[in-house]
Amino acid sequence: MKQNFYIFNSGRLKRQENTIFFEKEDGSRSVIPIENTESIYAFGEIDFNTKLFNYLAQKGIAVHIFNYYGFYSGSYYPRETLNSGQLLVKQVNHYTNRNKRITLARAFIESASFNILKNLRYYNNRGKDLGGVINTIEGYSSQIASSDSVDGLMGIEGNIRNAYYKAWPTIIDQEIEFERRVKQPPDNMVNALISYLNSLVYTTCLGEIYHTQLNPLISFLHEPGERRFSLSLDLAEVFKPIFSDRIIFTILNRQQISEKDFMTEVNFCYLNEKGRKTVIKEYDEKLKTIITHKKLDRQVSYRHLIRLECYKLVKHLIGEQEYEGFKIWW
Amino acid sequence: MDDAITHIRFTGTEINYYFLCRKKLWYFSHYIQMEQNSDAVYLGKLIHENSYEREKKEIDIDDTIRIDFISKDRVIHEVKKSDKVEEPHIWQLKYYIWYLKQKGVEGITGKINYPKLRKTQDVYLETGDDEKIEAILKEIRDITGASTPPSADKRKICKNCGYGELCWI
Repeated sequence: MKQNFYIFNSGRLKRQENTIFFEKEDGSRSVIPIENTESIYAFGEIDFNTKLFNYLAQKGIAVHIFNYYGFYSGSYYPRETLNSGQLLVKQVNHYTNRNKRITLARAFIESASFNILKNLRYYNNRGKDLGGVINTIEGYSSQIASSDSVDGLMGIEGNIRNAYYKAWPTIIDQEIEFERRVKQPPDNMVNALISYLNSLVYTTCLGEIYHTQLNPLISFLHEPGERRFSLSLDLAEVFKPIFSDRIIFTILNRQQISEKDFMTEVNFCYLNEKGRKTVIKEYDEKLKTIITHKKLDRQVSYRHLIRLECYKLVKHLIGEQEYEGFKIWW
Repeated sequence: MDDAITHIRFTGTEINYYFLCRKKLWYFSHYIQMEQNSDAVYLGKLIHENSYEREKKEIDIDDTIRIDFISKDRVIHEVKKSDKVEEPHIWQLKYYIWYLKQKGVEGITGKINYPKLRKTQDVYLETGDDEKIEAILKEIRDITGASTPPSADKRKICKNCGYGELCWI
């Protein structure tokens, strides 16, 4: 399986002949094995050369850039090589046709809320009293099928998330100050973790979409084109509970992350380098976790589940098989 | 011959896939290509690039068929990795010979080269093959023209197919 490379140091990333080097400021170099690289995450202060980008395009490798605060800035998304005009037409058609769009939007929300409930039940079975919030969210979920507008669905999704977040202080053993989701900038530890991990899930989804014929700009639940590759946001909705949320619960309950892993000068809104490294390590391990896929009857990684989700979308768009969002089965 | 057929251009790969798997043929013809992830295909590409280096390779005709190389004795060659599924290879070459014949190029024969196996297989356009190819082209037109891919049964070859995950998810 190809690997992600995470660069925290400052220096220069460059291509020399057919090798990619990362050259640290002290002159020491490390090699990035190109054939084995899925994507590169740049957290440090890094210089790049054009030759590098040409080479990365040739190999189909994306670079995701994060700013000083670890906030996602954007991606170098290499030229698309997998193009299917016919699929693109169908993808657009599923956006412009109201009923078709809602069918897909519903499927994303349905599996997202299923996966959220799964998380809550997990902790409920481990002695945390979450029965009330589970009932509340089940109530919201039952409205998904009858909702006939994307705005309505987004509203349900908002309600589910709000109820879910209210339960977080119960799930998390550390004393946390977390009442509601605040972004841009996040206002406390948990919000900072959510923002950071969600941006990682987003980039992973984008990377997987790149390897398919799907167009990342045309989405169904989110509005296309709002500054972002919005299809990635649709897919991330399904996987956030499994990737982001579970990691946050685990690392906080294991005391792997605490206030000292945040930048105190900006009110704990951002992770510091050590905190970022801890989270990335967990995230990377999560991506590599192997499970047996029930339907395919083969071993796949968590990350690969996203690719398979893309294939299911392709099949839905061409009318071969109705899309059903990924639902955690373990 | 059906006029419509003469205007339809199918690639050798499409003829090959017609024999190999019709579902794969449908996906491929709709530019839903999967094999960028396949090690087997990558190996095939390497064998292709590193064999018969003295020959002038990849002869593109009408943007439709791409012949691996032609030797002086009027034999067109197709380089393949393995002979596990021989029939699709044979028909791919028969189609090339037929295609050239339509263009007025006569006296061509074919040879499949399996460099890794040190083996070759001669291919001729035999009596009755012209009609068979025309019938095949019509069928390919029907399959690729359908709005959705045909259903498929799981076979032994599915295990190593680059399209496997798309097919069976």
